[in-house]
Amino acid sequence: MDPRVVALSVISGIVLFGSLIGFYARSHQTMNLEQWTVGGRGFGLVLVWLLMAGEVYTTFTFLGASGWAYSRGAPVLYILGYNSLMYVVSFYILPQVWELGRRHHLQTQADFFQVRYGKTYLSASIALVGVVCLVPYLQLQLTGLGDIVEIASFGAIPKAAAMMIAFALVAGFVFTSGIRGVAWVSILKDILLLGSALFIGLAIPYVYFGGVGAMFTALLQAKPHHLVMPGSTPNLGHAWYISTVAMVALAFYMWPQFFATAYTARSGNILRRNAVVMPLYSVTMPLMFFVGLTALLVLPGLPDSNLALLTIVRKTFPAWFLGVIGGAGALTAMVPAAIQLLTGATLYAKNLYRPVFSPGMSDAQVAKLAKAMVFVLTLGALALAITTSITFVSLLLLGYAGVAQIFPGVLFGLYWRRAGARSVFAGLVTGIAVAIGLILTKHDPYLGVNAGFIALCCNFGVTVAVSLLWPVEQPGLEGLVADGAVVENAAAL
Amino acid sequence: MRRPSLGAVAFGLIPFVAICFSVSLWDRVYPRILGIPFNFSWLISWLVLTPLCMWGAYRLEVRNNPDKETTKIGS
Repeated sequence: MDPRVVALSVISGIVLFGSLIGFYARSHQTMNLEQWTVGGRGFGLVLVWLLMAGEVYTTFTFLGASGWAYSRGAPVLYILGYNSLMYVVSFYILPQVWELGRRHHLQTQADFFQVRYGKTYLSASIALVGVVCLVPYLQLQLTGLGDIVEIASFGAIPKAAAMMIAFALVAGFVFTSGIRGVAWVSILKDILLLGSALFIGLAIPYVYFGGVGAMFTALLQAKPHHLVMPGSTPNLGHAWYISTVAMVALAFYMWPQFFATAYTARSGNILRRNAVVMPLYSVTMPLMFFVGLTALLVLPGLPDSNLALLTIVRKTFPAWFLGVIGGAGALTAMVPAAIQLLTGATLYAKNLYRPVFSPGMSDAQVAKLAKAMVFVLTLGALALAITTSITFVSLLLLGYAGVAQIFPGVLFGLYWRRAGARSVFAGLVTGIAVAIGLILTKHDPYLGVNAGFIALCCNFGVTVAVSLLWPVEQPGLEGLVADGAVVENAAAL
Repeated sequence: MRRPSLGAVAFGLIPFVAICFSVSLWDRVYPRILGIPFNFSWLISWLVLTPLCMWGAYRLEVRNNPDKETTKIGS
């Protein structure tokens, strides 16, 4: 049988099966805003773990990590570095965010800012930063998905068509089942991703070199500088590694979708336990590096390093297996995209549109607007993914540098009473201006240091300075979660 | 709810030092472990050692934050 037909049938089968799980996950709950966005705050350890893993391991994990190992070498280790450390950071932040969320029925990241700082201009700005930064991330998932289907079908299915079909499915199950649907599709995705990563990570070096160690020996002979920083790059050295790992570790949980995930938990200790065990799941990451490094020896000179993994899988294994990898990859794009859509839509409806344009809206109307926004955001990301491709990497870098600027507001919001809306807003604006300035003028890295890290330092400096000059006495965390606390800030939610 | 205790924060600083700030000490190829360059094997082993450190932090934090799962959700 034609290998294209085999590979494509397997991919479509996996994608359709995953989407069906998503559609049927709505269970017997009425889908109000609370169920749709935070699953009624009843998720236990396993569902929270699945959701977190589902969101964290995106197409960047699958294609980007092997692509970086292929094209850049040792600097790819930054992925391994931040993958351990971001969970360490989450351990000290998410349980507290959850506690505040449970107390005041928070559903979004901007809700947190509204309750802690009490100023709509700040929470609306946070929502705006969140939505704007999510769009390039969503576009990354789309482009990755298009690449996967195009390679796996040997070019038989054009990218744009694949992206449209897959994202119609995603928007569909997000619309009907909300976050519960995403959690259940994650099960299939995680099993497939873990299984295929373990298998190809060990099998591909074995097929060509007889083992991982032998592959490294061959690589050390062929390209001795590739395996120590800065690898095959001119400027990604140790200063870059430290600043990038630190920035991403602090920024990662500032993606607004992780706040929503934290609220789904049944208790704060579930989030703590999750933070403890999550790094173990990253064992798939070095395996992706091994695949990328093997591809560098076997298939040198590929035009697009992001396709290194798929190309070597296609060369090594039969068509049906390419289909399994393609299906796993497609779900790896769809699950994070689903939750990004859900978060972006809720942020827009609840924290931007309602407070700014129509304060009288009821929760039911907000839910309706949010669901309509799922389709608007899908179309927006699709249009971007189909029309642009050159500025893609810098867009994502901008997204990361952008969400990183939310961190001081969260950290001081939890642990420093004197920080008020004014100082956090001043810091946010400074940080974003510095990040945009450095990245758009192509100064990333600047003097060997990650541009987002520099922006974050400026942000911290301004926030602290303004807080010290004009201190605001806030109720503080204990006051905000105390029993019987009456917080007028929450009234605006 | 309280702030994380100093001990719990100290446990979290260990992986930060080992993975992030000390990069120039371990970013080299030799000695290779099971054939894998030293820098790769160092970070791979911290995928396991980080959970060990955070398990220590967890033990400290759980003592201060008993589970409230059974408490009725706020007013």
